[in-house]
Formats: sequence, C-alpha cells, structure tokens
Amino acid sequence: MNPQLFQLICFYAFGFVTVAAALSVITLKNTVHAVLALVLTFFSAACLWMLLDAEFLALALIVVYVGAVMVLFLFVVMMLDIDQEKMREGFVKFLPVGLIVAAAMLVEMLGLIGVRAMHTQVMGADPAAAAGTSNTAWLGRALYTQYLLPFEVAALILTVGVVAAVALTLRKRADARYESASQQVKVNPRDRVRLVKMAAERPVDETPVPPQESKS
Amino acid sequence: MADQLINQLLWPIIYILCITVPLIIAVAMFVYWERKVIGWMHVRLGPNKIGPFGLLQAFADVVKLLIKEVILPTKANRALYYLAPLLALIPALAAWAVVPFSSKMVLSNANAGVLYLLAMTSMGVYGIILAGWASNSRYALLGAMRSAAQVISYELAMGLCLVCVLVLAGSLNLTDIVNAQAGHKGLFDWFWLPLLPVFVIYFISGVAETNRAPFDVAEGESEIVAGFHVEYSGSAFAIFFLAEYANMILVSFLAAILFMGGWLSPFPDTWGFIGQGGFIWLFIKAFLFAFMFLWFRATFPRYRYDQIMRLGWKVFIPIAIVWVLVAGCMKYYGLVTIGTGV
Repeated sequence: MNPQLFQLICFYAFGFVTVAAALSVITLKNTVHAVLALVLTFFSAACLWMLLDAEFLALALIVVYVGAVMVLFLFVVMMLDIDQEKMREGFVKFLPVGLIVAAAMLVEMLGLIGVRAMHTQVMGADPAAAAGTSNTAWLGRALYTQYLLPFEVAALILTVGVVAAVALTLRKRADARYESASQQVKVNPRDRVRLVKMAAERPVDETPVPPQESKS
Repeated sequence: MADQLINQLLWPIIYILCITVPLIIAVAMFVYWERKVIGWMHVRLGPNKIGPFGLLQAFADVVKLLIKEVILPTKANRALYYLAPLLALIPALAAWAVVPFSSKMVLSNANAGVLYLLAMTSMGVYGIILAGWASNSRYALLGAMRSAAQVISYELAMGLCLVCVLVLAGSLNLTDIVNAQAGHKGLFDWFWLPLLPVFVIYFISGVAETNRAPFDVAEGESEIVAGFHVEYSGSAFAIFFLAEYANMILVSFLAAILFMGGWLSPFPDTWGFIGQGGFIWLFIKAFLFAFMFLWFRATFPRYRYDQIMRLGWKVFIPIAIVWVLVAGCMKYYGLVTIGTGV
C-alpha cells in the first residue's frame, strides 16, 4: 500500500462521510441529531483539509467550530422546544427559493474554479512547501507581514461585533441584586463583628440546692 | 505488500498500545493514590484491605464496575446515551498522540502539536453535554449545562496561556517547546519563571477544565447528585471515570512540558549525571502536578457557580491577555534565552 493510494482511500472515506453527514443535517428529524451531524461534517471537512497539508486551517476549524461554536449551538438546540411538524410546513413553498440559491452557488463556484478544471491543477503550487516550512509557519508569516493590514482590520471588525452584541443584549434590571466581589474582598472583619474584651469572672459560689425529693 | 502493511499499520498500533495501556493502568493507580492521599489528609487509612497496602483496590473496583449492568433510563435517547461515554474517552486518549516523553520518545512529532491538543481537549465536552441530554434527567441536564459553560470559559484562558508559551518558544511543536527551555541554568531556564502568572492560570484552568474540585459544580453531589453521569452505571460510568482521570494526567503532563521543562533536568547541565535530561524527570514533574489535583480536592471547598464564571472571565482572561503582550516584549527585547545557545 503506497502512501498515495492510502491518501486516496482516506480522501474518499472522509469525502463520503462529509457528504453523508451534510445530507443528514437537513434530513434528520431530531434537531439534536442534526446538530451532531453538522459537527461530524465539520470534523470530516477538517480531516480533508489535513490531507491537503492545511494543518493549521484543519485544527483551527476543529478548535473554533467544533470545540466552541457548535457546543453553544447544541446548547441552544437542547433548550429549545421545537415543533417538528411546524418546521416542515414551508418545505414545498421554499423549495424554489432554495433551488435558485443552490443553482446560483453552483454557477459561482464553477466560475471561480472553471468548468474544465476537473483534471488540471487549479491552485498554484503549495507556497509553504516551496518555502520549505510547515503550513502553519508559512501562514503565520504571511498573515503578519504581507497581509497585516487586512488582518488587523478583520480583528477590529470582530471586536466591534463583540462589543455591539454585548451592548445590544446587556440590560440592567432595577430589581436585580448583584454582589460586588471586590467589596466582598475588601470587607474588614471589624466592620462586621465586634469582639468585646471582658475580664474573667469567677462565678458566684452558689452550690445548687438539690431538689427536694417529694416523699410519697 | 505485507512488509508495508506491517510498517504502516502494525507498528503504529503497537506504539499506540504502548501509550494507552500504561495510561489506563496509571489511571487505576492514580485512583488508588487519590483515595490513599485524601485518606491521610483526613487522618484515615484509605483503602488497605485488598492486596498489599490495598494496592489492588482499584482493580477490584474496575472488575466490580465492568460486571454491573448498564441501565438505560426510560425515554432516554438510546444511541446518544451509549455514544456519550465514548465521545468523552476518545479525545482524552487521542490527545496523548503528540505528548513527547523525552527528546526521541514521541508517537507523532506533529508540527502543530499544541493546536492538536487544543482541538482534542475542546472535543471532550461533547461527551458531557450529550450524556446530560440523552439521559432524560433534570439533574444530568443541569450538570451538563454547568460543565459546558465552565469548560468553554476556561478553554479561552487556557488558550491564551498557550499563546504566551508559543510566543516565547516560537513553535507549535511540543518537542521544540521543551528544547526552547533548555539552558545552562537548569530550573531557571524554564518558562515558569518569565510566565509565572500564566503558569498559575494554566494549571488552575486545567483543574477547571477537568471538572475537578474546587471547580466540580458539574457533579456537585450536594446539589445535583452526580451531574451529567447520574444515570450511568457499570462500564459506561467506568468510561467517564477513565476519561476524567486520563484528562487529569494529561493536564499534569502538559503543565510539566509547557512550563516546567518537560524531560529536562532541574539541575545545571554541568552537574554530571543528575544534570542530564530523561523521561524520569517528566514523570516526576507530572506526578507532582497530579498530586496537586488531589491536594486541592482535599483542601478547598467548592466554588459557587457565579464565582467560577467571574474568576474565568474577569480575572484569568484579562491577566492572560496582558501577559501575551508582556511575553511578546520579553521576546522582542531578548530578555528570555531560548534554547542552549547564547
């Protein structure tokens, strides 16, 4: 089994899983199952990228989407009470719209790749391999030198998005009660408890009188 | 053909078994050690009946768990209920692939080793969430929610701590990270010194990620019985147990590798025999960190849920972000020596 054959088998296996999982995302009845199928889609897509030596992208996809975004997604779906019948009502009505969008995307992709590109090398040679470094190192160098400005702009836009999301959803209820951790830490014991020093006292010597037994 | 098959399939499988089988035995002994240590801290004896000094207690427990029945709760989601323990265990074992035990002993010397570790540890949370949801129990669901929120919050702080290490080491490869900590001063060349706050944050986040005391609200037995695995019994429960302890050992090893010089010796390399590195040093360091997990459990009371969130988001993440900047400056102005050179 030579490495290329092994890679080919891996490619078809991962590709099959990706397509099957993506199909089950939209066909499964249980929404939690659908979300898990989406997780599997991401994971096998990451494996496909790994086969292309795009290790950074593949692992970032798993860390960001599988590890964080989909967990929150799953969280929300579990909490929702979804009526399956209602969700499926509009299927026929929205089918034409969906088909148009799908056709448009297909045309766009073909326009990008080219119709006859099936058997030719579309992208240029791997620049990381040409530079003799790993994909991650090459990507980092490119991002922080050649594409520094777009990178910073993207970071700024994301930050603005986060601040906007917080600003839109943050509201203070008048009757809510909060604890301030810094105030709790700063509390001085003397403000709360007063220790009183007292001189030791001898108890007054009073021998308890034994109760008189009633004679009967 | 047969030759290649052996080279490409048989040897990797043997290597994988060489890591996972000792790991599972280590988990069993770690459970025994935990009960023993906490026993001593409580002025008790701990397990002492089965085998010499109670050493076989863990194996007796394993056998007991394996021969018990796995009960499926009514209206539980059967497929996910059985899948959840495996989803917890697989990432916990898979993460060990990139852990270097010494300069040559590593299963996969991947370039993006740290990223791979982050990816694997972030996937472990699925087992917990699905276990909570599939068991059709309120307690389990509450535990799963708590756990998911906690793991995601502390993963951020942990990731930022890793960024500091990466900035100093200049590599995502774990072997390179350890080699970057080599030097003539032994102990004082490791990353714990320039990254001291981050090192503390990393280990505390590791404790929180593995849902251990004092961050064990996910299973807080006084509030929600046992959290996400309350409905699990027998071997399914044993797998959750195994995953949790394997993760604890992994965090201990990673703390040793990333901040405490991995297999490097704490003594200067001019000291001859004890100045040389070797996997024994890594195991000693990891054992000390693993011991701290148990020490914490016997010492600290459980955090309240909102305190956990505050600690993660408002204390750890800001400190870690600032220290990324500090680490960058240290690297830029050459305040930290990387590797044996210079």
